[in-house]
Amino acid sequence: MIFWRAIAAATLFAATPALLAGEIPSDARRSGYSFMGPDTRAMQDDDTSNPGMLFVLDGEALWTRKAGSADKACADCHGDARDSMKGVAARYPAFDRALARPVTLDQRINLCRTNHQQATPLPYESRDILALSAFVAHQSRGVAIAAGDDPQAKPFIDQGRTLFTQREGQLNLACTNCHDDNFDRRLAGSPITQAQPTGYPLYRLEWQTLGSLERRLRSCMTGVRAQAYDYGAPELVALELYLMSRARGMPMETPAVRP
Amino acid sequence: MAALVNVPTRAKRGDIIEIRTLTSHIMETGFRHTMDGAPVPRDIITSFTCRHNGAEIFRADLFPAIAANPYLSFFTVAKESGKFEFEWIGDNGYSSIASASIIVE
Repeated sequence: MIFWRAIAAATLFAATPALLAGEIPSDARRSGYSFMGPDTRAMQDDDTSNPGMLFVLDGEALWTRKAGSADKACADCHGDARDSMKGVAARYPAFDRALARPVTLDQRINLCRTNHQQATPLPYESRDILALSAFVAHQSRGVAIAAGDDPQAKPFIDQGRTLFTQREGQLNLACTNCHDDNFDRRLAGSPITQAQPTGYPLYRLEWQTLGSLERRLRSCMTGVRAQAYDYGAPELVALELYLMSRARGMPMETPAVRP
Repeated sequence: MAALVNVPTRAKRGDIIEIRTLTSHIMETGFRHTMDGAPVPRDIITSFTCRHNGAEIFRADLFPAIAANPYLSFFTVAKESGKFEFEWIGDNGYSSIASASIIVE
């Protein structure tokens, strides 16, 4: 009898978080930075100890390097990135009218490469695409995130929210189960964060390199034993767009450092 | 390859100053294998040297257990104005240099 009562109590307890499930109020949102230890914070705060800055430096060199058969560099059209790229990354993923879908910053850089530089697109997670997107996003450091303002992006944000709250994988977990309902608790000793994508592309100490938000999302999917979407898949872009719109108003930190 | 060095621009004679260096390198250990089982050859930085006006003031040997993009910080006494030169040497003929100046008053 006690046994069954215990099971009933456990079921009730397990069901409670689902009842409380909901979005984090905007004043309770916290960057992943606030979940880190003092050493990792210090590493991010000092530009000469932040390894992400190495990629920003590489990106700065790539910005002015001519590429493709059009023999144009990014700087030939966009000029000084400090002016032209300020605040740009804070609006991405952005709706592209020609493609009638949202595109990520990495995809935008590759669209520029194919359409305007007549160059081959850079592979996802290659050093050059990460360096360029880190350099562009770094120009928005401190700028409030403004993604998802475009009314045409609305259906894609909704798709992203659906994916965020949809259980998947052998562990049958949705993003929301950890990142909305259980942030500030621990999973295998590591803090669970709110999944606010404020610092991408970011330097993850575990990766020993810079990585995109898509890489982060894919590793979470693998973590719940689900089949991860391919890089550039519409589902990943929708999730990225939802997460950025969920973090609206929070300041960009690129390149962030995370453990 | 990109490197970031942080040396105070000014110091008083006799001050203890901190020098911080960060350089870009994959630091492939040589212990890993590809999906096909082929070993990934070792590719690491093996030596770091810091010279002040030509005289060596700090040297470090690096090994496979050191993480990618090695960060080194060390202390020295500010004695005279001049130039710090940093050199990283590694496998496959890798070599990278950086420099920074200091004014000692």
